Amino acid sequence: MNEKGRFGIHGGQYISETLMNELIKLEEAYEHYKNDPEFNAELTDLLNNYAGRPSLLYYAEKMSKDLGGAKIYLKREDLNHTGSHKINNVLGQALLAKKMGKTRLIAETGAGQHGVATATAAALLGMECEIFMGKEDTVRQALNVYRMELLGAKVNAVTTGTMTLKDAVNDAMREWSGRVSDTHYCLGSVMGPHPFPTIVRDFQSVISKEARAQILEKEGKLPAAVIACVGGGSNSIGMFYNFIPDKEVELIGCEAGGRGVDTPETAATIATGSLGIFHGMKSYFCQDKYGQIAPVYSISAGLDYPGIGPEHAYLHDIGRAKYVPITDEEAVCAFEYLSKTEGIIPAIESAHAVAQAIKIAKNYSPDQSIIICISGRGDKDVAAIARYRGVDLHD
Amino acid sequence: MSKKLNNKISKAFDTANKKAFIAFITAGDPDADSTVNFILEMERAGADLIEVGIPFSDPTAEGVVIQEANIRSLKNGMTTDGAFDIVKRVREKSDIPICFMTYANPVFHYGYDRFFGRCEELGVDGIIVPDMPYEEKQEMDEPAKAHGVSVISMVSPTSDERVKSIARDAEGFIYVVSSMGVTGVRSEIKTDIDSIIKNIREVTDVPCAIGFGISTPQQAKDMAGKSDGAIVGSAIVRIVAEYGKEAGPKLYEYVKSMKEAVEKA
Repeated sequence: MNEKGRFGIHGGQYISETLMNELIKLEEAYEHYKNDPEFNAELTDLLNNYAGRPSLLYYAEKMSKDLGGAKIYLKREDLNHTGSHKINNVLGQALLAKKMGKTRLIAETGAGQHGVATATAAALLGMECEIFMGKEDTVRQALNVYRMELLGAKVNAVTTGTMTLKDAVNDAMREWSGRVSDTHYCLGSVMGPHPFPTIVRDFQSVISKEARAQILEKEGKLPAAVIACVGGGSNSIGMFYNFIPDKEVELIGCEAGGRGVDTPETAATIATGSLGIFHGMKSYFCQDKYGQIAPVYSISAGLDYPGIGPEHAYLHDIGRAKYVPITDEEAVCAFEYLSKTEGIIPAIESAHAVAQAIKIAKNYSPDQSIIICISGRGDKDVAAIARYRGVDLHD
Repeated sequence: MSKKLNNKISKAFDTANKKAFIAFITAGDPDADSTVNFILEMERAGADLIEVGIPFSDPTAEGVVIQEANIRSLKNGMTTDGAFDIVKRVREKSDIPICFMTYANPVFHYGYDRFFGRCEELGVDGIIVPDMPYEEKQEMDEPAKAHGVSVISMVSPTSDERVKSIARDAEGFIYVVSSMGVTGVRSEIKTDIDSIIKNIREVTDVPCAIGFGISTPQQAKDMAGKSDGAIVGSAIVRIVAEYGKEAGPKLYEYVKSMKEAVEKA
């Protein structure tokens, strides 16, 4: 087995020959720039003075008291510029692409958060930008489509397959294999062929780097658990990464259970998937008995993906992290709960993590803490939640 | 590593200066009976090797024409076992060299040993897997070899210094990708194929066939002139898409014209 970019048996570079040299160049550039003080200074400046980092670690006092157990802290990635954690990775990759001499960024997007972040970075750094988005998602998230266009990006509605996130990745890969010389594929999650899972994880690990220092300052000790939602798994790996060596900290990833893991309408990969090779990596995927990738479902466009990043698959294999499914209904209730209790409207993706905290908080004592990663803000989801509740909103 | 497995691929390139015409077809598009019939028709028209595509839900190396064929075929119920059954029926009447073309996951999920065991049993000679590059192909190569099946190596316009390592390990034939991007008909092929072939020739005498973008007899002749053969997929699949079950005679006519062009190269 090729050892490069492996997490246990997962990961690798299962990609067309046409893209292999580009991945090798990307790896070389990343290995160089990640240790380059000038690059890091530039990136830190963008993160702090453009994206608004460090993000707050907020003590959710009302929620903690109401649930009657652990002290609940929220890592507020929703307060970043563009409204989600996606900007952390995008600024890193866009800067790297620019150093490599690329003038054009392409990206897939599900909920639109990664597309908006990529379009934003492209506008800031003066690069061309094209976004691939499943047609189904362009309808669910019409506002984000217009937002990307405002930022100067071209949005391609993908009409193949299930017309969601996996199909957007397919078309972005096809586009990249036709045009690598001036184009960087700014992958939005900890997935795809090596070196993407490592690059994206490193850029997102700022979340747990900050959170670990912040909780130690506030509580004087590590949290009992950290919780984050998992689609491909970028905010969760970012939230977990610096806690992995702290064995006493439970790492909990919340997958999209959709209408339930006993129905076909789910996107919970660890709960219902099996080992496979897809989108450049070996990992767990929702698939049928012939290895055809399953048409997955979740109320959340950002978690509506049939696979999981290879490092998560590994953390699952070795038992370091635990993955639990959260249904649409549980996520929507958590969305409403956090809005009413703390005055914070979370992204429907992040609401999956909130739902798990609501379930388990009481199992802990008030001298213990739990951190939930609020990966994004929920403005984009308000119309969909209204529809879910049967409320007819008129424009 | 042995360069020659005991399978029929070399038959497609067996005489001096022979140029091969390689035809791709998606299994189960529009149905299994038609695929069996189309393969036999294309053999009768002069095809030297048939690539049988096992459909995959997410064919990331394909352009729209073959993507749609994959979707049609899966919708009509085609499976990996169904593709094996098609080969079994072809083998009752024909000895033409056959390679499967599919993606890593259907093969991995079937189980490498079980998959290549079935290939050996039915006389499938090789397999082309676009998402299994040089770095990763060993996991598939070993079980394939154990059953006498060649894993076909691909070389692309961006392979550069990788060409020699890939070619050194290649067997059966080398699939030279003519253009950037995905499969599909192109009006023009701009890649410097000659220098790629020259690099390959420095390290191996395994035959080279060129694919991606070829649809006209003139293109087939040009590409075969630079190599040992031409591979055509989308142009064939387009005929199947247009004529459905009745595509047999049209395929015969088309393949015959392409084979004649290749022979003139």
